Amino acid sequence: MAKLYTPAMAKVDKRKAKELARNNGKEVKSSPTKEAWKRLKRNKLAIVGMIVLIIIFVIAIIGPWIAPYDYTAPDYENWNQKPSSEHIMGTDPYGRDIFSRLIIGARYSVPIGFLIVIFAFAVGGTLGAIAAYYGGKVDMIIMRILDVFQSIPPMLMAIAVVAVLGNGIINLIISIVISSLPARARIVRASILTVKRNDYIESAKAMGASNKRQLVKFMLPNALGPILTSFTFSVATAILTISSLSYIGLGITEPAPEWGAMLSAGKAYLRTAPHVLLFPGLAIMITVLALNLFGDGIRDALDPRLK
Amino acid sequence: MVRYIINRLLWMIPVILGVLLIAFFLSSVAPGRVADSILGYDAPEEDKLALEEEMGLNDPFIVRYGRYVWGIVTRGDLGNSYKTRQPVLTEILSKFPNTLKLTFFAVLVALIIGIPLGVVAAVKQYSAIDNATMVFALFGVSVPQFWFALMMMLIFSVKLKLLPAITTGNGALGWILPVAMVGIANVGMIARTTRSSMLEVIRQDYIRTARAKGQKEGAVIFKHALRNSLIPVAATLGNTIASSLGGSIIAESIFSVNGVGLYMLNAINGRDWPAVQGGLAFLAVVFSIVMLFIDLLYTVIDPRLKDEFNAKNKMKANKRAAKRAAREAARSAQA
Repeated sequence: MAKLYTPAMAKVDKRKAKELARNNGKEVKSSPTKEAWKRLKRNKLAIVGMIVLIIIFVIAIIGPWIAPYDYTAPDYENWNQKPSSEHIMGTDPYGRDIFSRLIIGARYSVPIGFLIVIFAFAVGGTLGAIAAYYGGKVDMIIMRILDVFQSIPPMLMAIAVVAVLGNGIINLIISIVISSLPARARIVRASILTVKRNDYIESAKAMGASNKRQLVKFMLPNALGPILTSFTFSVATAILTISSLSYIGLGITEPAPEWGAMLSAGKAYLRTAPHVLLFPGLAIMITVLALNLFGDGIRDALDPRLK
Repeated sequence: MVRYIINRLLWMIPVILGVLLIAFFLSSVAPGRVADSILGYDAPEEDKLALEEEMGLNDPFIVRYGRYVWGIVTRGDLGNSYKTRQPVLTEILSKFPNTLKLTFFAVLVALIIGIPLGVVAAVKQYSAIDNATMVFALFGVSVPQFWFALMMMLIFSVKLKLLPAITTGNGALGWILPVAMVGIANVGMIARTTRSSMLEVIRQDYIRTARAKGQKEGAVIFKHALRNSLIPVAATLGNTIASSLGGSIIAESIFSVNGVGLYMLNAINGRDWPAVQGGLAFLAVVFSIVMLFIDLLYTVIDPRLKDEFNAKNKMKANKRAAKRAAREAARSAQA
């Protein structure tokens, strides 16, 4: 086939020329990470998601200093007040300022969501990596046990575990970690399996690298792409699960200003004071949306074939 | 093929035993004394001890688990509820149709809306329709289901007074909101999966061939492309059903649907462990059976897989591993 010079190729050449000019004619060495970062930077939606996430993180950190009111102080005279210039998001059924509670609430859902996914990947990922690396019987036993865990839908599992352990942040984390273990193990296993076939693993083995060294030093870094992608999406799912559980009264409960718990406390006032329900839900949605946008961006940046 | 089905059926046995073990273990480590729940805190200590002895609660865990499984296998006995003193299985069976209806319609609606949306978005990539669809899909996977339900309730039940906010006793109309709530997340998920797998398939050589031989565009899309791009969608069907089942539990509590989910949540609040355990075991067993059917459905969508089952053992194992890897890749892409 004759070589075609498509507009897309022209675009790439133009970009390369521009870059060359920017770096005074020197060609900058590029690495897959740098390339991925460049692709990510071009994805506007992903950058929007990233900025929103950074803002939420900053809010979570400096929350107590920027909250206009004490988020615990009840005001029984002014309960369920509509948004006004004094309380920009109104007050909740106990007269507490919803805006302040939302700000402090960022300290619950977001860090807990990240913690859950880190733990789930640490435990599930180790299992998946061991299964993929050793293969054979080890693989079979681990995967069959995970099959059993996977036969229970995650939400059902989380509800059952947190019901037995009782409410509380730690118990909530444990329950969601357990319920999401099998999926995380499978992701890590699948990506290690694809990496395992590469020649450089063979050569590492031939040079006498220990099992642990092969796995940690050579396989994991190369299998990181899909893991990283699924990490962001998993945090989004975890945050949704946290708020759902808190909403039905399991996990984090009143008076903690967790967004799901705030919705749970306000659900009786759907008719009379819908603003109590509006803002915490929006907060959850914006956070999850930002994570999903950023996750889409990471996925496309790491796997450019898909776009 | 027959051998594969038999293998899968046999494999169900340890899975179900494992699921029962998890359910039994969870409720046996649950806090609170069984005798307290049944007789009340004020009952005399001798009565409690006698009851514990009679129920065999002092036996080792493995013996109690064996008895539990034996009861289920021989008599379908999931134990009696502490609250109502009725057999848990009877109570669950009377409520299960509602949960089934909700989950089934939520999945169905998600498929009926999600797949066409994904196809249109892929065929008209980067168009306004594509963007709108993807924004909608993104909204679907990002909105907290229960909050979406509350907002719909606010709009359609409170403000417009079009739909009832309670399902029980309101006929078909009452099901619209809960189905929409459970369906929304999956519409987004399915539309996104369909779109990306369609995009991949559309660029294949056989699609170009189909076009080159003068096949009508509709036939190219629906006969050649869609069928091949449905495989990843089917791969995520298990996830879809799992998340719908989970969503149904919450939907039941929001819309007062008299189903297994609401039954379990009430049981959790009332520390009625046999009911919680029974509900968990029941739904998990049903779910594993559904998963078995999905695996078999695979072969209907993709007849290539059927040949594998008929091929020699070794090849069978290889291809099955490949299939599993593909499924996992699809799962990890969306999880």
